[in-house]
Amino acid sequence: MLYREVGQYKTSYAADMAIFPILQDRIGLAAILLIAFVVIPLVGHDFLLNTVMIPFLIFTLAAIGLNLLTGYTGLLSLGTGGFMGVGAYACLKLTTIFPHVNIVIWVLASGLFSAAVGVLFGLPSLRIKGFYLAVATLAAQFFLEWCFIRIPWLYNYSVSGAIEVPLRTLMGIPVTGPTATSLTRYLIVLSIVVVMTWVASNLVHGRIGRTWMAVRDMDLAAELVGIRLLRAKLLAFAVSSFYCGVAGAMMVFLWYGGAEAEVFAIDQSFLVLFMVIIGGLGTLTGSFFGAALIYILPIVLREIPAALGLPVHPSTVEQLTFVIVGVLIIVFLALEPNGLARLWQIGKQKLRVWPFPY
Amino acid sequence: MDILYKIFIDPFVQMGTAPDLLVQTLWDGLVAGVLYALIALGFVLIFKASGVFNFAQGIMVVFAALTLVGLHEHGVPAFVALGLTVLVMLVLAVGVERLMLRPLVNQSSIILFMATFGLTYFLIGAGQIVFGGSPKVMIASDLFLPSGAIEFKGLGGFVSLQKIDIAAVIIASVMVGVLAVFFQRTRIGRALRAVADSHQAALSVGISLEQIWVIVWFAAGVVAIATGILWGARSEVSFALQIIALKALPVLVLGGLTSIPGAIVGGLIIGIGEKLGEFYWGPLLGGGIENWLAYVIALGVLVFRPQGLFGEKIIERI
Amino acid sequence: MRAPSSREVRLGEALLAVENVSLAFGGVRALTDVSFDIRKGEIRAIIGPNGAGKTSMLNVINGFYPPNTGRITFKGEARTTMRPYAAALGGIARTFQNLALFRGMTTLDNIMAGRALKMHRGFFWQLIRHGPALREEVEHRRRVEEIIDFLEIAAIRKVQVGRLPYGLQKRVELGRALAMEPDLLLLDEPMAGMNLEEKEDMSRFILDVNQQYGTTIALIEHDMGVVMDLSDRVVVLDYGRKIADATPDEVKCDKNVIRAYLGEPHGISA
Repeated sequence: MLYREVGQYKTSYAADMAIFPILQDRIGLAAILLIAFVVIPLVGHDFLLNTVMIPFLIFTLAAIGLNLLTGYTGLLSLGTGGFMGVGAYACLKLTTIFPHVNIVIWVLASGLFSAAVGVLFGLPSLRIKGFYLAVATLAAQFFLEWCFIRIPWLYNYSVSGAIEVPLRTLMGIPVTGPTATSLTRYLIVLSIVVVMTWVASNLVHGRIGRTWMAVRDMDLAAELVGIRLLRAKLLAFAVSSFYCGVAGAMMVFLWYGGAEAEVFAIDQSFLVLFMVIIGGLGTLTGSFFGAALIYILPIVLREIPAALGLPVHPSTVEQLTFVIVGVLIIVFLALEPNGLARLWQIGKQKLRVWPFPY
Repeated sequence: MDILYKIFIDPFVQMGTAPDLLVQTLWDGLVAGVLYALIALGFVLIFKASGVFNFAQGIMVVFAALTLVGLHEHGVPAFVALGLTVLVMLVLAVGVERLMLRPLVNQSSIILFMATFGLTYFLIGAGQIVFGGSPKVMIASDLFLPSGAIEFKGLGGFVSLQKIDIAAVIIASVMVGVLAVFFQRTRIGRALRAVADSHQAALSVGISLEQIWVIVWFAAGVVAIATGILWGARSEVSFALQIIALKALPVLVLGGLTSIPGAIVGGLIIGIGEKLGEFYWGPLLGGGIENWLAYVIALGVLVFRPQGLFGEKIIERI
Repeated sequence: MRAPSSREVRLGEALLAVENVSLAFGGVRALTDVSFDIRKGEIRAIIGPNGAGKTSMLNVINGFYPPNTGRITFKGEARTTMRPYAAALGGIARTFQNLALFRGMTTLDNIMAGRALKMHRGFFWQLIRHGPALREEVEHRRRVEEIIDFLEIAAIRKVQVGRLPYGLQKRVELGRALAMEPDLLLLDEPMAGMNLEEKEDMSRFILDVNQQYGTTIALIEHDMGVVMDLSDRVVVLDYGRKIADATPDEVKCDKNVIRAYLGEPHGISA
């Protein structure tokens, strides 16, 4: 089947404004969803689900969250780890206080707490910009990290100081806790990520997305066309932190099954930021690519030599990952600031005109 | 009422009743502040001349210290190792200019900022592959740095000053002074400032951007060596040291990104502020507040003075 | 050329009045005691040599700089300071000398962004982008497409504006301002750097906007031919002071204006 849009005429503005206006893209999306919801659960084993797919999806969600703030609104944040942590701890407290409410509801609701914290630390963004703002978000990161360690109430006074995820069921099936199967957790993570990606795509393709991008591209001009800067920026902080918070809650409840505060340290902020940069600032597809590359790279570095009978020491894998990621970031920023998503687009464009070069 | 007493009265009572502890805390803060200022200086150098906010300054400190110790471990005499380390920093500066700055010229400052994250990660990975990840001991005595402490009696107790701290304060002050003179008085210094104002204008009057960038990155590398030696001698040389780069950020924000005096004063405020805060108010909050106090102070300043204490007022044009 | 007298009939009362406005940056005086008015429906030109304070004047009018002294009355409401957002809300739109487009967005999105004040569907409708939010989007898209047709930029609808040539970017910027359906449109050198053909197009757009939509326009321009042809009345600034305020024909013969433009040294008064 050729990737052509010839002959696909749009007869209404609504059709022209659809998120995937080209038929082949819609077919591709349907195929991906089919694979994700049907094929992978059928063939997937624990390693694929637990070590690859679940974390990939969770990081994607965090990357989408940060991308809304940094890629779309142009506000650099180094507090992602902290905002994810707020989600995780909020979820723990909610399900401890109200154990009979569906855990999925609490995972989503915990995003609201991160959103509130995000707005609080986003307040200075009206007056400060660029790396000054990055420093302000560092204040959030370190303050929140400190709270996670020093306020025992947050982790239910557990002796280890870590979150211990309790058993919660959904219609009798364990969803969180040690007895939950990776398939159940995978399907829940996948559903949440799919729905939230759809929502994010609605937001960025509509009025709010334009507002954000206007603020990013030229904030003074944005104000002159009647955009309220503070409101737009705070909304970006709120939505972004909501996404990060849900990602953080899922990370602990549906992936790790328990976590210490250092999971939400500054390193996590950088990791997610790198996913956004390499995937492409200001593209949602890019967040998927970026999360895949950064998260799966160390797995590949570890598994492929091992499969070839040349086991590499774990610390070497980590060091190599650092070097490769560092180089990739510089290369992408220099050559293709729009990241992997742009390469994907260029590929599609080539396919569209194939077999002609132009 | 009790909590108010503990916040507003009790710490000052303690300061009054045990002045020796107060002086000791102030001194510790001063030393930390001077070292923060030294790192901040590395940032300011590069920022002034290239508009790049170099997040990698912290890892450059670690990298420099590791190179020095690593070479010495392989039997290179201390001062030869020092010379070789300077050479390594020069190579690094040239490499950064060729491979990172040149392809990124004319990009927005936030993109350059993020590129230095890439540099940071690259150096962390490469440094660990070359030198291994375990902490090392700085070769302080081989470089004729003093050790031990001087104790002063008085003030109802005693105050203990580490000799290495005294040396650190002196060396840092000298470096800051030399760099300030270099910037203000020499021809290259003025060219550096011209580049900072506008890349294109500097090019049009015949200043070579490439050379300038190499010079400032090299200068920042030398500052990193000094910082690495001093900081390493006080604790140990490990990758955990790079966290001090994050500490330098609030210092810069306080001082304003382009001001050398600002970096110094900012460093002192943060250093002394966080030691006093930790010692007198920290126990109230369960300790560990020096991890975030600096950022919160910086945040507070930013909200009221977005350009920092010493920065020039930002006039937005359109 | 139109006879000024015939247009005089159409001109209404003052839409905007600037009274005794002064503005200084540190020690530099950008504007000194400037007063003039802009009447409903007219095209008002602001001219003057470089550095005369023309752009500063526009910046004061749309709230970007608060004036040090003096006040501005817009639609009968007096004010001394105002945020640009409030100016936009009041119906003042603006284009810039050096372009202030949203460079990473498409032409369509840039102009749609100009509708920001007119779109009201709330956050929750935006989340699902169906029903009312989509209807509103389509309704405004229709209006924006009219502007796109009017400015003849349909072909570049989905091109990122950062990649467009300068002349087209100027047009997109005008489109964005028009999308706000302003009562007062401030144009800062709309024809700077354009060739003759582009200038003719732009002049036509400006006249059409003024006549079709009845938009009041204040315009800064260096090309005297354009100013003489387009404008109803002209304010001349020099070194931040108003030196003339009259019809184009009168200004052309004013000896203060001629002296300012020919660059006779200041301080030698006639």
